[in-house]
Amino acid sequence: MNNFDYQQAASIADGIQLVSTNNKAAFVAGGTNLIDLWKYRLMEPELLVDLNQVKEHHSIEEKEDGSVRLGAFVSNADTAYHPIIEKRYPLLSKAILAGASAQIRNMASNGGNLLQRTRCYYFYDPNVPCNKRTPGSGCSAIDGYNRIHAILGASDNCIAVFPSDMCVALAALDAVVNTSGTDGERSIPFSEFHRLPGDMPEQDNNLRHGEIITSIDLPEKGFSGNYSYLKLRDRHSYAFALVSVATGLELSGDIITDARIALGGLAHKPWRINEAELFLKGKQANAESFAGAAEILLQGAKGFKYNSFKIELAKRAIIRNGLMALHPEQQLPGARPSA
Amino acid sequence: MPIVKLNINQQTYELDVLPWVSLLDAIRERLLLTGTKKGCDHGQCGACTVICDDKRILSCMTLAVMKNGAAITTIEGIAEGDELHPLQKAFIEHDAFQCGYCTPGQICSAIGLLTEGKAKTREEVKELMSGNLCRCGANANIIDAIMEVKEGGSREQF
Ligand SMILES: Cc1cc2nc3c(=O)[nH]c(=O)nc-3n(C[C@H](O)[C@H](O)[C@H](O)COP(=O)(O)OP(=O)(O)OC[C@H]3O[C@@H](n4cnc5c(N)ncnc54)[C@H](O)[C@@H]3O)c2cc1C
Ligand code: SF4
Ligand code: FES
Ligand code: FES
Repeated sequence: MNNFDYQQAASIADGIQLVSTNNKAAFVAGGTNLIDLWKYRLMEPELLVDLNQVKEHHSIEEKEDGSVRLGAFVSNADTAYHPIIEKRYPLLSKAILAGASAQIRNMASNGGNLLQRTRCYYFYDPNVPCNKRTPGSGCSAIDGYNRIHAILGASDNCIAVFPSDMCVALAALDAVVNTSGTDGERSIPFSEFHRLPGDMPEQDNNLRHGEIITSIDLPEKGFSGNYSYLKLRDRHSYAFALVSVATGLELSGDIITDARIALGGLAHKPWRINEAELFLKGKQANAESFAGAAEILLQGAKGFKYNSFKIELAKRAIIRNGLMALHPEQQLPGARPSA
Repeated sequence: MPIVKLNINQQTYELDVLPWVSLLDAIRERLLLTGTKKGCDHGQCGACTVICDDKRILSCMTLAVMKNGAAITTIEGIAEGDELHPLQKAFIEHDAFQCGYCTPGQICSAIGLLTEGKAKTREEVKELMSGNLCRCGANANIIDAIMEVKEGGSREQF
């Protein structure tokens, strides 16, 4: 592990200045991913710039247009348990609470959650090739033990998945990521924030070096009546998803008038297909309709030696979670199957 | 070297620590408070759990310099003199440990859980304690001990 200097950013502008002028500098917020990566020598910063002392972006606020702004430095736990989020965006609460552990959620920030890196085990092993860690070295997972890897949107260069639970709900809710950098401020639609690996798997997302996530906006529509987050994994808690599904429905009687479905654990970013949601509009909220949507969402899915099971598992999870969304009050701790 | 001011178990310390020293290493190796344990050093086991400004956190996943000015409680700080904390008593009564390595983290985590007040049922207590692993498999008794302190509750079936 390398040594580094440490500085506290006094403001957003100060933070941008400190990191953008030093390509060996990195921000730290909760530290739960960065410090881990540093211990694995996957990040070797010369300078850590702590964002926690910045005065702004520590709150959750309702705005006049009906949207809600999540400060980037609010913890994952405070976000999940915030009365506005519990009431208006329970899908987000459930997804956050299905991730990591209580201690980690107390530390992890909303901004940092979006930037956590993959859990591909070859990425963490410096003795084997990995294009994400060492561009051009190859991918050990494609012909290796790839049980946890992608079945959608992968490339010949990388089949890693993005591990966040929170981001699956943010994708379903059409969140917008607000950033500030040397080129000013940007508002990035959630679907354009993370990238597919393509031929640049070292780049997980479209944030630039020295650019800071300042907040995340949730549009007014929160699907608080009918929603569900389902997370399937090797143990009931404190494990990453093999497959996860965030579903939000609007119903008129038993007819679906609007639907959102986002998938986690299957691709390099949360997976959403608009046609699947359009398909559901006007249909009855039943297993058959959700099965139709599942087929559309999984179109083009490609399994590898050890993860082909994910294709069928994802389809079943989409159907199950659609039905669970009809009874959100029955949701179990840890986003386990209910209903 | 940065000077870091930490209030640990209601005593103030001023430490000159290098920036890359974790809070866990500062507590154990500089302050010699070795009740807090290092299990994995990667955020995966919960053995290093301490209470920082009333929240349970993992001391291995943060730096001492990042906690300048914070008030921290470790396992050494929860008894009142010779009077054990109710959770310590309950852990003894319920046989909630074998080797004891995970215990300081379990108890600090349980204090955090009770302060947060989000767990209502036994199921929820289990879920919100999942960040603390016990290799000896004392989990059922650990949950019993916490349930007893939470509500004088009795053992329910899993
Ligand atoms: C054992 C373990 C289990 C976990 N399980 C899960 C799980 O099941 N589901 C899940 O979703 N997550 C899980 N996590 C991941 C956890 O959610 C993330 O580590 C956390 O959200 C990262 O947030 P942070 O504030 O700690 O980020 P940090 O570690 O502080 O930072 C992460 C990265 O983001 C950058 N950064 C941070 N904030 C900003 C900002 N505002 N602007 C620009 N750059 C920034 C940093 O430079 C760094 O590169 C787990 C983690 C651990 C250790
Ligand atoms: S899947 Fe991606 S992260 Fe994993 S070894 Fe291949 S290139 Fe590296
Ligand atoms: S030592 Fe910190 S979580 Fe294991
Ligand atoms: S008592 Fe041995 S690890 Fe829990």
